[in-house]
Amino acid sequence: MEYSLFILIAPFFLFLVLGLLGMKMQPKVAGIIGTAGMGLCAICAYAVAYQYFFQTGKAGEEWQQLIPVNFEWLRFTEYLHIDLGILLDPISVMMLAVITTVSLMVHIYSLGYMHGETGFQRYYALLSLFSFSMLGLVVATNIFQMYIFWELVGVSSYSLIGFYYTKPSAVSASKKAFIVTRFADLGFLIGILILSYYTKTFDFGTLTANHAELVTNSFAGGTFMGLSLATWALALIFMGGAGKSAMFPLHIWLPDAMEGPTPVSALIHAATMVVAGVFLVARLFPVYFFAAPDVLTLIAYVGTFTALFAAIIAITQTDIKRVLAFSTISQIAYMMVALGVSDYGGHDGLGYMASMFHLFTHAFFKALLFLGAGSVIHAVHSNEMSQMGNLRKYMPVTNITFAIACLAIAGIPPFSGFFSKDEILAAAFHNHPLIFWTLWAVAGLTAFYMWRLYYCIFWNGNKTYSEHHKPHESPWTMAVPLIILAVFSVFSGLIPFAGFISSDNMPFHTHIDWLVASLSIGIGVTGIAVATVLYLRKSNRPAEIAQSLGGLYRAALHKFYLDEIWMWFTQTVIFKYICMPIAWFDRHIIDGAMNGLAWTTQKSADSVKGLQSGQVQFYAWVFVAGSVLIAVLVLFL
Amino acid sequence: MDFSNFLLMGQEIGLIAVFLILFIYDIIGSGKSKDRWFHWVACIEFAILTVWGFLPKPAGEAFGGMFVSSDLTVLMKNILNIATFIVFLQSYSWLKGENRLRRSEFFTITLVTLLGMYLMISAGNLMMLYIGMETASLPMACLAAFNKYREKSAEAGVKYVLISALSSGIMLFGLSFLYGATGSFYFSDLTSQVAGKPLTILGFVFLLGGLGFKLSLVPFHLWTADVYEGAPTSVTAYLSVVSKGAAAFALIFVLYKVFGGIEAVWQHILWWLSAITITLGNLFAIRQTDIKRFFAFSSISQAGYILLGIMAGNAQGMEATVYYVFVYLFSNLAAFGVISAVEHASGGKTSIAAYNGLYGTNPKLALLMTFAVFSLGGIPPFAGFFSKFLIFMAAGSAEMYVLLFIALLNTVISLYYYLLIVKAMFIKKGESDVVEHFSSDIYNKISMLICFLGILTAGILWGCIFRAIIK
Repeated sequence: MEYSLFILIAPFFLFLVLGLLGMKMQPKVAGIIGTAGMGLCAICAYAVAYQYFFQTGKAGEEWQQLIPVNFEWLRFTEYLHIDLGILLDPISVMMLAVITTVSLMVHIYSLGYMHGETGFQRYYALLSLFSFSMLGLVVATNIFQMYIFWELVGVSSYSLIGFYYTKPSAVSASKKAFIVTRFADLGFLIGILILSYYTKTFDFGTLTANHAELVTNSFAGGTFMGLSLATWALALIFMGGAGKSAMFPLHIWLPDAMEGPTPVSALIHAATMVVAGVFLVARLFPVYFFAAPDVLTLIAYVGTFTALFAAIIAITQTDIKRVLAFSTISQIAYMMVALGVSDYGGHDGLGYMASMFHLFTHAFFKALLFLGAGSVIHAVHSNEMSQMGNLRKYMPVTNITFAIACLAIAGIPPFSGFFSKDEILAAAFHNHPLIFWTLWAVAGLTAFYMWRLYYCIFWNGNKTYSEHHKPHESPWTMAVPLIILAVFSVFSGLIPFAGFISSDNMPFHTHIDWLVASLSIGIGVTGIAVATVLYLRKSNRPAEIAQSLGGLYRAALHKFYLDEIWMWFTQTVIFKYICMPIAWFDRHIIDGAMNGLAWTTQKSADSVKGLQSGQVQFYAWVFVAGSVLIAVLVLFL
Repeated sequence: MDFSNFLLMGQEIGLIAVFLILFIYDIIGSGKSKDRWFHWVACIEFAILTVWGFLPKPAGEAFGGMFVSSDLTVLMKNILNIATFIVFLQSYSWLKGENRLRRSEFFTITLVTLLGMYLMISAGNLMMLYIGMETASLPMACLAAFNKYREKSAEAGVKYVLISALSSGIMLFGLSFLYGATGSFYFSDLTSQVAGKPLTILGFVFLLGGLGFKLSLVPFHLWTADVYEGAPTSVTAYLSVVSKGAAAFALIFVLYKVFGGIEAVWQHILWWLSAITITLGNLFAIRQTDIKRFFAFSSISQAGYILLGIMAGNAQGMEATVYYVFVYLFSNLAAFGVISAVEHASGGKTSIAAYNGLYGTNPKLALLMTFAVFSLGGIPPFAGFFSKFLIFMAAGSAEMYVLLFIALLNTVISLYYYLLIVKAMFIKKGESDVVEHFSSDIYNKISMLICFLGILTAGILWGCIFRAIIK
């Protein structure tokens, strides 16, 4: 399956072509080249997925890890060498299909959405770079390759969020996203270094083999501050994942990142980059489970809290993209929780499967929601709910597809979200009652705020629009991706996922736990019902309720002041007590040493210049004298 | 006589064939056809030879151990071939001008020196090494004095021939000591017999004088600046890369094969030579105003780094050295490509001041020059970073931490003067005499493209290249 390399080469090549030659092309040509290239890439990914899942993937009963391409890139020592390659196993193949599909949809959609923007070619070049980085991340054969692509993802998302670089808010949002995730990646890097220092390998296959016994053995009881080193290493690696996947308290970059073009939000902040953290934990799942179960518990609780926290904030937001952003945080947290509560092997590993399942379905319906929101924004030129309403009459396709996505995320059968969310709840149900009931409540909140969003956009009174700003349905380039994604959102839940993905790579069977299912359907329907009562028609009731909640509402509206807390933390603690002394040291000690070196160099250059006299007899003299001097020194010293 | 010995000399014979074809073409071709085709024919032929060099070659010893061929020697010769090919490409504009009638001489003489270098690398006997060095040195003086009606060029030729004669003398003196001590010139005999006796050590020191002259190590370096400045630019490029590379390769074999027994002694000597060479080269480079002199001193300090790798005394050091020369080839020749383009377009200007504001008029050349000096200075992601890194790793593995520290400090200093050129091109405003926008000839463009690709990919694909070296 060496041709899987094409999936990586194609987007990188596109990036080079569009980046270097883009300005010489018509914008439209650049867009079509980018889209066609991504289309080929997607076809190739489907071929790989088909071949893996239906032909070559199984060795007996077990899904095996295939490494069709691997080469040693940099070799430092016997142990320390960085390889680049392609690892195919159920989760990476699934991710390949998801990423290329969503990316292709975004490529097509952007042809319409970004039409006429300045920097159209740059936009497509960056999309290609992003796709390349993300694809490289999921097929990484070793943790260092993953780290390299992880950073590439960070850089390319930085430039995409800051695409409108003349807008100050976009610039600061892109900086924020980069710095926050980079800060988290510091933990990731340290974690990698600790892990590989003890295990002497970067390779995923070696790390996870035989119930991660390499990791459990090689740390040999080393502890630091009361926790074992393995726990530290894996917790730090999770910190990197938490940064990219926007877990509390590192989630603050994601809402701001909505400053980027809306299709970018669909690609990066729905289906791909933000699930990188989930993917990372899933990739190292055996290591977490056997070497550091404490960290897995931590992940479960961080995820639970994040899910609840983000859902509460989402209820109060009025910018439609921010609602979706917080909903994304909440849903990603679901996936994290599922990993956190999962056991290993067979049906016990339900959480692992459920996490990947939810990742899969969520990618489609969340991308659909973002693209639908983009379509709305395209029509009314605003992100604010108050500027919208009654749009169902003007935008039928967007209306229906958006409703489908809302049903999916609310967990109403037979839409895809129901199945995956149900598995997550079932995984938490037996052993973790607190987590289960919290997630259950969050499911209700989710249904509520999504339908609040839906009604506020498409129903909610008889808002009229002035004649020359009349909203209209988007062009076909935008409508077609919506329809395709809607189809996925309806049917992708029907895939028997456990047959393909499981914690120990052995297929197993799941059945719907009707107790859990009825609980979750019940809360979902309740959420929708409440939203219908409050928001179907315009009324004062929501405002009154908000009034009565007082401080709690205001805190949620301001995202619980977390931005301000971080600001205070960086300004006073980090800048004042850490950075200023370092700056002083840099200015006086480091620069002083450098200036000293420069001064010495200058002086000694002055003093030796006579040596180069231009006279050949002098040269010869130095030559002979030098040889003799060396000989004398060697013989007599 | 067993003619099968000649099979091992494939590359040498190929080189002689190229030489003969060009020689005959020069005699029988009409002036007009030579104007048109000679350069083209020479480059194509040499390109074929270069590519052919990469095909698998037999390994072994010929002529009773006089001549040795192994994968490593073949690789080294290939590296020299690539560099020579690039120099040939760069010489087009220069040979089109006043030297039109002597065009073929440049190629034939250069090929002869290259043959000498091949023999230096493949030598299995000290006499063979000496003959190789002489074959490489004497015609080199002709090359240095190629623009013979220009005073500086003539001066360069004279200086080169005088110092080279001196160094040959000293080297022969050393060889006679070695012969006296051991009774043999064969590497294989010497290995077992060389011991820490004063006579062999003296012999080694004087032999080192000869090779040190070619590598321009301090204190055998004083000719370098004058010759580099006076010689035609393409010849300077050839001297600074090919001649130096060949000497480095020959030194590797001499040290590892012949003097492996007294490693401690030569490590001690080279320790000092390397430290002094790097430092002194840097100190002089800072003060230069002529770009060719500037690169003369820069190449002296680069030779010090090469020595650092050789000195590690283990396989890692040898691999790092070969790789270093490989990368250095692209970086330095990229710089010389720009220098000869600018020199030709500006009517012979070689001062650093002539580069003021080059970015404004010729952005591509300025960028290539920037990449080249960044690579020479060792800034990632350019290839020079990786090669320096490996050299330092090798030195680190031999636990020479003090020298490593000196080398690192010198890297900082070298960045300063390399950046002076970047500053001139990008920041300084040229006043009246900015080099106008121009388009260089297609040959030089190709050469610069090769160097550009080399600088970019040789580092990133380090792993692959390295495996080729280790093999």
